[in-house]
Amino acid sequence: MTEPILSLRDLSVTFDVRPRGAWPWTAPLKLQAVSQMTFDLAPGECLGVVGESGSGKSTLARAIVGTVPSSGGQINFEGADLAAMTPRERRVHRRDVQMIFQDPLAALNPRMTVGDIIAEPLVTHEPGLSRADRKSRVQDMMKRVGLLPNLVNRYPHEFSGGQCQRIGIARALILKPKLLICDEPVSALDVSVQAQVVNLLRELQRDMGLSMIFIAHDLSVVKHISDRIVVMYLGRQMETADARTITTRPEHPYTQALISSVPIPDPVLERKRPRTTLDGELPSPISPPSGCVFRTRCPKAQATCAQALPPMLEVGPGHRVACPYHQAENVLAVSA
Amino acid sequence: MLLDIDNLRVTFSTADGDVNAVNGVSFQLDQRETLAIVGESGSGKSQTAFALMGLLARNGRATGQVRFDGTDLLGLTPSKMNKVRSNQIGMIFQDPMTSLNPYIRISEQMAEVLTLHKGMSKKDAIAESIHMLDAVKIPDARNRIRSFPHEFSGGMRQRIMIAMSLLCRPRLLIADEPTTALDVTVQAQIMQLLADIRDDFGTAIILITHDLGVVAGFCDRTLVLYGGQIMEDGPTDPVFADPSHPYTKGLLRAVPRLDRDDDELLTIAGEPPDMSRLPQGCPFTARCAYVQNTCAHIPPELATFDGNRRRACHVPKSEVSA
Repeated sequence: MTEPILSLRDLSVTFDVRPRGAWPWTAPLKLQAVSQMTFDLAPGECLGVVGESGSGKSTLARAIVGTVPSSGGQINFEGADLAAMTPRERRVHRRDVQMIFQDPLAALNPRMTVGDIIAEPLVTHEPGLSRADRKSRVQDMMKRVGLLPNLVNRYPHEFSGGQCQRIGIARALILKPKLLICDEPVSALDVSVQAQVVNLLRELQRDMGLSMIFIAHDLSVVKHISDRIVVMYLGRQMETADARTITTRPEHPYTQALISSVPIPDPVLERKRPRTTLDGELPSPISPPSGCVFRTRCPKAQATCAQALPPMLEVGPGHRVACPYHQAENVLAVSA
Repeated sequence: MLLDIDNLRVTFSTADGDVNAVNGVSFQLDQRETLAIVGESGSGKSQTAFALMGLLARNGRATGQVRFDGTDLLGLTPSKMNKVRSNQIGMIFQDPMTSLNPYIRISEQMAEVLTLHKGMSKKDAIAESIHMLDAVKIPDARNRIRSFPHEFSGGMRQRIMIAMSLLCRPRLLIADEPTTALDVTVQAQIMQLLADIRDDFGTAIILITHDLGVVAGFCDRTLVLYGGQIMEDGPTDPVFADPSHPYTKGLLRAVPRLDRDDDELLTIAGEPPDMSRLPQGCPFTARCAYVQNTCAHIPPELATFDGNRRRACHVPKSEVSA
C-alpha cells in the first residue's frame, strides 16, 4: 500500500464545559467530542464520515484542520505530526489542508467581492505573486468551478446557494491543496443543485489528485462520492469499510440501523423493506454510557457491553467493526 | 372529497414589484388520503399550504378557491378561519423550536388549544394533553408535560408539535418539511408516527417535502411543483416508476440512491427560477432537456392521462419516457 497522506492515531478532542450556575473554582466537566479516532487516508482517496448530529464529525474535521486543539493522539500529515506542532509550525502545512463548509453564504465575507474572497489565500500564502498573476489564477479557478469570470466584482449576496458553494470550493482549491475537507458541503442545497456540486467535487478530485474527507449526514450522498466510509457514533468509530461493503454488508448494529433508516426514492422497495428503527436519541457526550457507547440504543445489547469498550475487530480486508456481536446483514435487500 | 383547490394563486407585493409564488394550482384531496407536495425551494409548496391555512405574510394575497368540506376557506373572516384551523386542519412546521413558545411550559401551550377551542376545563385539557403525548410516544408524559420546550431534543419537540396539532382531532394534517431538521434515525421514527396517526385517527395528510425518499415510503399521491405550477401529479408508484415530466425525471435522477452504484449523477442544469421574473410559458423552460420552440411562450396545459395522472408539458409523454 502506498504511504497514507493522512493518518490519525487515537485522535481525541475534549471540550471543557461549565454548567450554568457552577462555582468558578469547581473543575469543568469534560465533553468527549471525539475519542480515539484511528484511520488512514491514501493519496487521491475520498473518505466519507457519517453519523448523526452530535456524533463528532464536524469536530473531527476541525481538529484535522487545526481550528480546535486535539487533546490526545496524533494527526500525521505526510509524516509530520500536526497535533504536536505549535500553531506557527503548523502554518506551513495549512495551505495543503483546506476546508469547505456547510452554509455557503455564511462562509463568505459579505463585504468582500468574489474575486477578493478567492484571491485571499494567495495573498496570505504566496505574497510574492504579482497582481496580474493573481488575477489570472483567480480567473482560471473560477472557470474551473463553473463560475463566469466576469462575475469577479460581485458580492456573495448576489449569488445563489449553489454558486456560493462554488465560490467556497474555488477559495479552498486555489492554493492547490493536497487534502480537502468538506463539512456537509451539499446539505443546504436543493436536490438538483446538490447533484451539480457533488459532480463538480468528484471531477475536481479526479483531475487534481485531491485526497478528500467528505462529512455528511446523508448516507446516500456520502456513499456516492466516497471510496471508504467511517461510521461515527458519539465521538467513536463504529465501523469502517469501503463504501460498497458498508452499504451492502454492514456488520455493526448501528450501521445497520442507520442504513435501514435512510429512505430510498422507490415506493415499491420502500414498502417491502424491513425496517429496524432505533428508539430514543443520542445520549449526552458529557456522561456517555459505560462500555460501548451505542449499547443504550442497540437492539443486540448484552450485559457485557456495559463493562468494557468493545475492541476494533478486523472482519475483512479494510473492514473494521467495533462490536463483538457483529454479523453481516444486507438491510437494503428485499426479502422475497 | 375533503379538500378541493381550484386555480389557487398567491402573490406577494414587494418593493421590487409583484412576486408570483403560486400560479394557478388545482388539486383535490380525499378523506384519509396522503398527498405529497414535492418541489425545490421557491417552488411554492409551502405558500400553497400557508394560503389554505390563511397564514400568508401580510403582503401576500391568495385568489382562487379553496373548498374544505364545501366551505370556501379564502372567503372566511379571521375568526371563522381560526375555528377551522383548530378543529378541521392542523399544521406542523419544519423547525419545532421556533413553533413552540420558549417561555411557556408545554402543559400550558397544549392545554390552551383545548380550553380555547373546545371549552374544556384546564384540568381536563391537561389530562387530554398527557393522553396525546403518550400517543406520540413521549416517555413519562405525565411528568414531562411540565417542562419547557428547550428541555426536549429536536425529535421530541417535533413529537410535541404533532401531539398539539392532533389535540382537536383535525381531519386534515399539513406537515411542512416535518423531518428536514432531524437526523435520519429520528426521521424514521417521526414518519412511522405519522403513518400510525393516519391509520389510527383516519387523518388525511399533506406532506410538503423536497425529500423524494420520504415521499416514496409514505404517500399515496405525489404532486410535483415548479415555479408555483403543477408539473405532474398522480399516484406515487407510477410517478416514480415512469415520470411523465422532464422535471420529475430530472429530480429522480439527481438523487443518489443508497441501493445503487450510480457512477455519475445526472443533473438538472441551471438554478431554480426567479419568481418575480417567470417566463410566459413553462417555468421549467430554461433548464429543460426536452425544450421546444413553443415552451417559452405558451404555458402547457395540465392534461389528464392514464385516468388519474396529470402532466403539464408540450413534449409528448412517449418522448420523456424514452
